[in-house]
Amino acid sequence: MSNVAEMSSPQAQPGIDPNTMSIIVTKGSLDWAYPPFILGTTAAAMGLEVTMFFTFYGLNLLMKDLNLQVSSLGNPAMKMPMMGMHMGMPNIVSAIPGVDAAASKMMKNLMKKKGIAPIQDLRELAVEADVRMIACQMTMDMFEYGQEDMIGGLEIGGAATYIEVATQSHINLFI
Amino acid sequence: MADQVLDAKGLNCPLPILKAKKALKSLEAGNTLEILSTDPGSVADFAAFCRTTGNELVEQSEGDGVWTYLIRKAG
Repeated sequence: MSNVAEMSSPQAQPGIDPNTMSIIVTKGSLDWAYPPFILGTTAAAMGLEVTMFFTFYGLNLLMKDLNLQVSSLGNPAMKMPMMGMHMGMPNIVSAIPGVDAAASKMMKNLMKKKGIAPIQDLRELAVEADVRMIACQMTMDMFEYGQEDMIGGLEIGGAATYIEVATQSHINLFI
Repeated sequence: MADQVLDAKGLNCPLPILKAKKALKSLEAGNTLEILSTDPGSVADFAAFCRTTGNELVEQSEGDGVWTYLIRKAG
């Protein structure tokens, strides 16, 4: 069928610039911070106009002070390379205080060793590349955050602000 | 010889692309950028980057785990 090809072709949406992308960022842990910032910065580098909308825990990624953590609790897929093996962690161990902090430190060390950029750097590159960043007003109200807690250059908006962006974007992602 | 050389060895996705984009920005159209990368994923990524942006991937080679790309900036 030609349907798939038609849907993925830029011509399928007349009036929409094919070089536009929006990302809804809903998660704020160390591991989940990567996909939106990697894709956002790369898309911008490839000439796309990118908008990121940060809502719920995603708002965490806009804080001035970033101390992102990862949790192995309830995450059976998280297996760290160790001594030539891949080690998961039983939930009962993950739940012990301090284990998340240790796992986060371990993952950050691993990233550094592998030449993976810290989130701070990717976020800075996103700002430099003129990625439009919108913080969700409702989430700010709920978690009692003000603009003074977050990096500069942000817009504040709500659902309608995002939907307007989405109607003008060829690619819309939810992460 | 390339007009500019970018050593992106040791850097992982997406840093080689982001740094290449930055370096290309400072080049005149028609000038070339040579990029060195140890990221195996950079093979597919630089091809995709060039197809999408219109910059020309003039040549690429590999030796000792280092990939070398020569990109000519689009006019």
